[in-house]
Parts: sequence; structure tokens; C-alpha cells
Amino acid sequence: MITHVAFWILAIGAALTGAAVFIVNSMARASYALAVSFICVGLQVLLLQQNYVGVVTILMMVMEMAVMAVYMVMFMGMNPALMPMSMVHDKRHALAVSIGVFLLLAAGALLTPWPARRGTPPADVTAALGEELMEPKMLVMAAVGVVMAATIVAGVVLAAHRTRYDRFGDDLRRRPARDPQPGGVGR
Amino acid sequence: MTVVPPPWALAAAGLLGLLTLGAAVLDGVLSARAAGTHVRTGLTRPIGEIARLMRQRRRVTVAADTLLWRIGGAGLLVMALMIITVVPLGKWTLFDLDVGVVWFNAMDVLAWAFVWLTGWGANSAHSLVGGYRFLAHGLAYELPLMFALVAPAVAASSLNVATIAAAQQNLWFAVWMPVAFLVYCMGVLAIAVWGPFSPALAPDTAGGVTAELSGLDRLLFLGGRYALLVAGAAFAVPMFLGGGSGPLLPAWMWVLVKTLALLTAFIWLRRRLPAVRPDLFMEVGWVVLLPAVLLQDLLVAGIALGRS
Repeated sequence: MITHVAFWILAIGAALTGAAVFIVNSMARASYALAVSFICVGLQVLLLQQNYVGVVTILMMVMEMAVMAVYMVMFMGMNPALMPMSMVHDKRHALAVSIGVFLLLAAGALLTPWPARRGTPPADVTAALGEELMEPKMLVMAAVGVVMAATIVAGVVLAAHRTRYDRFGDDLRRRPARDPQPGGVGR
Repeated sequence: MTVVPPPWALAAAGLLGLLTLGAAVLDGVLSARAAGTHVRTGLTRPIGEIARLMRQRRRVTVAADTLLWRIGGAGLLVMALMIITVVPLGKWTLFDLDVGVVWFNAMDVLAWAFVWLTGWGANSAHSLVGGYRFLAHGLAYELPLMFALVAPAVAASSLNVATIAAAQQNLWFAVWMPVAFLVYCMGVLAIAVWGPFSPALAPDTAGGVTAELSGLDRLLFLGGRYALLVAGAAFAVPMFLGGGSGPLLPAWMWVLVKTLALLTAFIWLRRRLPAVRPDLFMEVGWVVLLPAVLLQDLLVAGIALGRS
């Protein structure tokens, strides 16, 4: 009973705060409305007794939205992010597409003939989920994570306009390096 | 581990409140001593300040985002309350969560949201500068803090706080993983915007995040900082300081004694450490702290692997 009540409150909360992202008129409110929506989803995952996945969802999403709000407010051109502004572009098409996708997904969830439970859930549902999702590919998945992180670092390095010649001079001998931002460890 | 019924949460909140008040009084006494005034003014100052702030009229700013401002101001206290739910007091706990360490991590990340929102909500340049100073610190302290939390979990092969406490029967984790312990303590000071991490509230920006806070909002924010110090010290006890283990006294009392000792150290450190500049600390976090704590994790993982 209490699980049902919690499920519906969180489901409606997630949908409403998700919609609020497009209704509010400030970047900060939009980001944190999305964070609240994700927190509701994370709590829903806790209802599935996937404790680790649920708590990690909350952790990641709060941090992600904090970072998003920071960079949006910092880097929006002419800083309109500090002023009230509309959160939507191309309203009519976007509304039509999003309502269409929502109805499609909801119809899929409601109309699928879900199978009845066979057997009982395993003791550690999180480990079972991980194995079910990627058991034969576990090594590949672990390696892909590292490759992705390395790609991000390499991308940032390639995109930065300053090179080591800007820092250390043409013969790479200038010490300390000439940096626009002084470092904290005396370099 | 006995899970106590939910009404005991009120008792836990009361205990948190008492320790928070104690922390404020101790800070008042140390401030009074440093200023050369009578110790008694330091003792009564926090009480008088609470009474004053509760009666003070709220300051209003133009076009403030009141909703987010209030959420941010009250948030730190909520974080502290959520953290102590997973801290076992001797053999009792409110919430025997199997992923308690991740729970703490999820709660400490909320500081990013709440401190920045407090700075944002007032629609004041000074407080927004304070909010960004906190986030600059955050970019430097958060990853080392996360990897510091990994070390005890790896050593105990569990994310459950009570199991981690039980794994330290012979030797405290603080003793053989000192880097992780020190980085954890730094993280607690940082989420409480305390001591070296107080530039976000510094006088050079008219109080930074707190510049426009007044009345009850100010009380909740400042009280929330002390409460976070208490919650951080309490969480360190099962993670690094052996939980309730100790001679003579019962386990719950040892937990309190260790919490108080660490809390006193946190309060005392405020006047002993220089403020870290947000722009310079970034490099310290990524070039020094992160590799150090990763090496600590590697060492701990190696030892844990050798034992099993």
C-alpha cells in the first residue's frame, strides 16, 4: 500500500517537475527542476530495491545539474541567464514532438503484455542486474569507460588554443611557465 | 545492528541539535579568547545570536528568487540530518542502508546545489561571487573526497557503514589509511564552508553567500554549517575511527566521545589554517590531492586483495 502511494507521488512529482523545466523562466530554476525530477526517479529506483543504482542516480544527477547551472549561467552569451528568459525554442513543433513521444512510450508501457514473475528475485539484485545487462561484455564495458575518459581529456587538450610553446616559450625552456591563471602548487 | 523505530529520528535530530549548539558555543569561546575578551561573552554569544536572528526582520532584495533562496538556506541543515540517519550509535541505527557510504556521498554533493542556490537566490553580485567561489572549491575537493570514501569501503568490502565500523576491530582505518582520512576531513570542512574553505563567505565580498541573508534564513544557514561539521565528524567515526570500539565505556558513548573529539579539532582548526584561494586550490586538488588519494586507494586495494 505505502509503496503504491510512494510510487504515484514520485511518478507525478517527476512528471510535473520535468514539465516545469520548460515553463519556468530562469536557468537556475530549470536546472534544479530537472534535478528534482531526477531525484524522484532515483527514489523510484529505490522502490525497485536497487539501492545502489537509486542512490547513485541521485548523486550523479544533483552534481550534474549543479555543474549545468554553473556553466549555463557562466557562459551564455551576453549573460541572459541572469535575466528571466524563455526556456523553449520552436514551441509548436517541440510540443507536438514531445507529446507524441510521451504518448508512444506510455502506450508501449501500458499495452505491452508484461510476463508474470517466474521464480524469486536474487539476494543481490544490483549484482544480478549488472550481470544481466553486460555479463559477457563486462571487460569491454570496463575498458570503454577508460577509453571514454581518455577521449574527453584528449578532446580538451586538442581544443585548447594554448600549446606548450605558449607556456614554455619556443625553446620550451621558460620556467616558470607563462600561464594566464597562476597555479596553486608553485609551477 | 538494531534498527530503531522511526520516532527515534526525533531523538537523533535533538542530539544533532545539541552537538551543533555545543560546536557554536565552543567556537564562540575560542573567538572570545582570540579577541582577548571575557570567555563568558563567548559562552553566551551563540544563544544571544539565535534569539536576535529569530526576531530579526527579513531583508528583502529586488527580484530575488525567493523559492531557491529559501531552499538553499535551509538545505545545509537537511543534509546534516540525512547524513546522521546512516551513522550507527553503538549498536543502534536509524537506517541500516546497504549502500550507506554512497548515501553520504549523495548528501555531501547537495552542498553544491544548496550553497550556490543561497548565493544565487538573493540576486546580489556579492553573494553570487561567493557561490562561485564555493563551486571553484567544489571542483577541487569533490573528487578527492569521493576517492577518500572509497578506501574504507574497499578495505571492508562493503558499502554498509556498520560493516565498515566492524571491520576495524584490530586497527582503525585512520591509522593505516591516513591520506584518505585527512582528505575526508578536508572534505567535511569544505562542505561546511568552514575554516580554509570560508572564502565563499569572506568579508572581502561583504560576506559572500551570506551577504544578504538575514533573520531565520541566516540562522538556518549558519546553524547548518555547524550541523554539517557535527554530521561529518559523526560519519568519520564508523568510517575511520573504529566506530564504537573502545575500553570501559559502552559503544554508544565511545561514538559520542570520538565525534566530540573530531568536532573539537574541526572547530579549533578554523583559526589555525589559512584560507585557501579558490583559483589556486584547484591545482592543489587535481595535481596533489587526487593522485595522493588514488595511490592510497591502490595501496588499500592491494592490502585487501592480499588478505582475502
